[in-house]
Amino acid sequence: MQSPLLSVRGLKTEFSQSGQTIKAVDGISFDIAKGETFALVGESGCGKSVSALSVLRLLPRNAKVREGQVLFQGQDLLHEPEFNMRTIRGSRISMIFQDPMSALNPVMTIGEQISECFAIHDNVGQKSHKNEVLKLIKQVGLAEPSVRYNEYPHQLSGGMRQRVVIAIALANKPDLLIADEPTTALDVTIQAQILQLLKDLQSELGMALWIITHDLGLVSEYADRVAVMYAGELVEVAPNETFFDVHKPHHPYTKRLFDALPSTQKRDTLLTTLKGAVPSLSSKFKGCRFAERCPLKQADCLSAEVDWRDESPRHQIRCLHYGIEQAEVNAEKFNASNATTDSTGSLLRIDDLKIHFPIKKGFFKRTCGYVKAVDGVSLDIKAGTTAALVGESGCGKTTLGKGVLQLLPITSGSIAYRGEELTQLSEQQLRQYRHHLQIIFQDPFSSMNPRLLVGEVIREGFQSLSQQLSDTEKTQRCEELLQQVGLNPDTQLCYPHEFSGGQRQRICIARALAANPSLIVCDEPTSALDVSVQAQVLNLLKKLQIESGLSYLFITHDLSVVSFIADTVAVMYLGRIVEQGTTEEVLQNPAHPYTKALLAAVPEWDKSKKIKTIKLADNLPSASNPPSGCHFHTRCEEAMPDCSQIEPAKHGLSATHDVSCLKFKNE
Amino acid sequence: MLALLWSDILIFLLIGGLVLSAYFASKQEQTRRPWRKAFQSRVGTASFVVLLVFLLVGLLDSIHIKQSESLSPSSEEHTEVVLSVLDIFLTPLRTQIEKTYSAPFSSFAYAKEISLDGTGVSVWTAPRLSYGGAHLEHPQEEIFGDVLQRSLLGLLKGIAAWCVLLLVLAKGPNVVAFINRSVFRKTALYTLLGLLLIIFVTAELVGFYHILGTDKVGEDVLYQALKSVRTGLIIGSLTTLVMLPIAITLGLLAGFFRGWVDDAIQYIYTTLSSIPSVLLIAAAILMAQVYMANNPELFSSVAQRADMRLLLLCVILGLTSWTGLCRLLRAETLKIREMDYVQAAQALGVRKLTILKRHILPNVMHLVMITVVLDFSGLVLAEAVLSYINIGVDPSTYSWGNMINSARLEMAREPIVWWSLAASFIFMFGLVLAANLFADAVRDAFDPRSKH
Repeated sequence: MQSPLLSVRGLKTEFSQSGQTIKAVDGISFDIAKGETFALVGESGCGKSVSALSVLRLLPRNAKVREGQVLFQGQDLLHEPEFNMRTIRGSRISMIFQDPMSALNPVMTIGEQISECFAIHDNVGQKSHKNEVLKLIKQVGLAEPSVRYNEYPHQLSGGMRQRVVIAIALANKPDLLIADEPTTALDVTIQAQILQLLKDLQSELGMALWIITHDLGLVSEYADRVAVMYAGELVEVAPNETFFDVHKPHHPYTKRLFDALPSTQKRDTLLTTLKGAVPSLSSKFKGCRFAERCPLKQADCLSAEVDWRDESPRHQIRCLHYGIEQAEVNAEKFNASNATTDSTGSLLRIDDLKIHFPIKKGFFKRTCGYVKAVDGVSLDIKAGTTAALVGESGCGKTTLGKGVLQLLPITSGSIAYRGEELTQLSEQQLRQYRHHLQIIFQDPFSSMNPRLLVGEVIREGFQSLSQQLSDTEKTQRCEELLQQVGLNPDTQLCYPHEFSGGQRQRICIARALAANPSLIVCDEPTSALDVSVQAQVLNLLKKLQIESGLSYLFITHDLSVVSFIADTVAVMYLGRIVEQGTTEEVLQNPAHPYTKALLAAVPEWDKSKKIKTIKLADNLPSASNPPSGCHFHTRCEEAMPDCSQIEPAKHGLSATHDVSCLKFKNE
Repeated sequence: MLALLWSDILIFLLIGGLVLSAYFASKQEQTRRPWRKAFQSRVGTASFVVLLVFLLVGLLDSIHIKQSESLSPSSEEHTEVVLSVLDIFLTPLRTQIEKTYSAPFSSFAYAKEISLDGTGVSVWTAPRLSYGGAHLEHPQEEIFGDVLQRSLLGLLKGIAAWCVLLLVLAKGPNVVAFINRSVFRKTALYTLLGLLLIIFVTAELVGFYHILGTDKVGEDVLYQALKSVRTGLIIGSLTTLVMLPIAITLGLLAGFFRGWVDDAIQYIYTTLSSIPSVLLIAAAILMAQVYMANNPELFSSVAQRADMRLLLLCVILGLTSWTGLCRLLRAETLKIREMDYVQAAQALGVRKLTILKRHILPNVMHLVMITVVLDFSGLVLAEAVLSYINIGVDPSTYSWGNMINSARLEMAREPIVWWSLAASFIFMFGLVLAANLFADAVRDAFDPRSKH
């Protein structure tokens, strides 16, 4: 057998933090062959990134590789002097980081940054660099290389920046490219292209690719081999085909991960969740690390040393009992009869809402233009239902959500809550309506004042209620709310930072519930969370809806979440809604080309459902200067000459399904 | 009879306010917890004890009593002087005045002069001091032994005092258990022991030596340095008190409301900070001086006049130094107002002022605290600079600035007159360092993200 390109053996990396030793990576072993794509999958905090950094020896000061061997083309990287490592990094092994926004130096041009890598690792003259760089820029799929050469990072969109980052990584034709969550910070439409680019470049240059990710869909499309990591250990290694074959046996953790993914089929059931949390990596482990949360747990799981079992020559599982057929442990049904389906009247009606931000220039701050973040949106939300708002980042979803709550000044249009017009109210009058509409934010870390106790955070919710509560009532209600969102009532006296992301999101939900609202705007509430935690939060939201008839305006870019939770969907592009209808209509029979492209871009692990990817140019036009006619025509594959001239009007496909596209007008 | 100066009243109001807020803070769990945490840190506790001692000196110096004192021992004439409690404590220091400079622990004057020796021949020599080391026959030989002996005595007395204090506090002989009950107690008591030792050794020696030397007019430098503590504290704290409300209010308003409020406030502070501050202070002080000179009837004594000048200096320094903090707070507020929790509060219908108070102010307090402590040392230094161009505190007021200023003139002499400078340096350093360390500990404790 050919010797592997990279061979990691028993790698152990430890952090020492405030007197504790945290075993971030605890004895992992794997091989990456030449030209292979290897994916390391796991939830945040399981040690994925640390293993990559250990291999490159880029660990922070308080971390140390305790044991193990990293053989790269037969060379032991852990014992190379730092001087040699410098020649390996960036030339033979390159790395791409998650956030393209911070990976580039804002004061250097693209050309300078790319040629820097040549300058360090090669001794070619300055002139030949420029040609090399231009070739490289072209290779990563950026148009007009000579223009890009002299541009600065801020002039490029996120996707274009990530391409530049890839160009830098490829500059020296590495044998191994490590991509640490390369697309997490990007939109779905762009994510697909970046991955395709990586894949193409890989086959072109014959390099190996090591992808670190939490996204199973992505893995299924691009990886040759998959390893699942849990609490510092690998628990399963399998080739792609085996890994995504549901009928093959898997590690219980892997199985849970698949089950936690939301989808249409699971609409009526609770998503499978894992109880408890990932064990602290500073604790001493005995037996299987997953045992505490495992539905198949047996007595020997905690006592016996769990070793690898070969399911097939290339498929290993680290579990004692994986063979046992797993019953649907958690397929608890929602009790649909309880649902308060008084979806007769509309709860919130948004009509031709416009939110424009003035662009001011000069000494006297004259207005010289507008960013039309929301440009004539009409939406109707019925009581007890969930309306999803989908779109790429920068399309105005969040602005619309905040506009509904009047957290932003509204330019024109109307927002009617149960028939009551909200936009004309004074601040004083509006305060009485505040408690009906609440909001949950995306980032669970900035959504709570770090200096308030959890109890105080929730108590703030009572503020908007008209009736005054006594202190004991407040405490009691606080406890009820915490229980309702599945937290211990004793947590009132803790600070928000003591909680994990998922728990924080629950506290935010409790705060919103404290006001006793009838509509909650959920602004990407799960996009910062891991799959299993996302499942918990989605379950909670759904449960609350069924119990108390809440309505949600669910803002997201994740279509699988939409299919699980939403009743109606509105697709937004550059401040306008291009298509809306019931979830089934929009997701099964998308009419607008943009919707189709969005759906096609979602990586799908279930191969039977896969649709062909539609390529969208990765430059979302600016909302301050939107294209004429149909906003989408610049990126549309089916664009016609008329599209740049005429603004498409709303066209009804059915009673509930509307689309704004000229194609349908002509028919 | 008690004599009240304006600055005394303000100091006691300030202390009263601190005590009151400490009382209210101790009643609420969420404010009590961080303070308890602050006092669990060794550095925090130790610097707190040192600060308390400085504060005590300043407080004793702020209780003024009118006393009649004879002008000279022989005459029957009495005059009314205003003395502070500290002055009365330090009476030997205050009254043992030499002719001119003398080095620390020296028995001889710094300046040589012609005098008659025992045989009636006139010699060019440094004369013996009238108080420093006057009890020694042959100072050169005896001084070392004498100082050592007295220091040892002082050490013993200090230890004894500490033990007595412990027995009183512990209400019994189980002292060890008492000390080890908490980190706070242990650190506080050991710091106290250190301070008591220094105090008792000093007390033992001051009657016989000028341990920090004397200045140009023969006044004891240690006395001057101790008297300057009050001036330093007043300049540091009152100026901050004047500056903080302006900086915080304007900074938060500008950052939170933006629009024309922001524009107006920005214009004010840009204008103010573009005028050289020394010029502004000089103009204001000179105006005040002219007014005070034209209206002598407003002040019944020199002390009152000097005191008023000190207060005015504080106000003027405060009015000119708020711009930096204001700018900082505006920027931070601009950032925080966009945080999700502020938006959530808005969505809950929380009033704007409440949002400012609950969500924004606590999250900028760390900036305020750092700035205040850094400014504190800056202000003490500013006072020195201003005294140099004669627009600082009254020349009759004891202050480290005045001490440095007078020492500056003597730096070129040979041998060098270093002790005034050293004394003011040691005291300033002690105060500023303790304030810095304490503020650091408090900030760490109040930051909920820092562990333990």
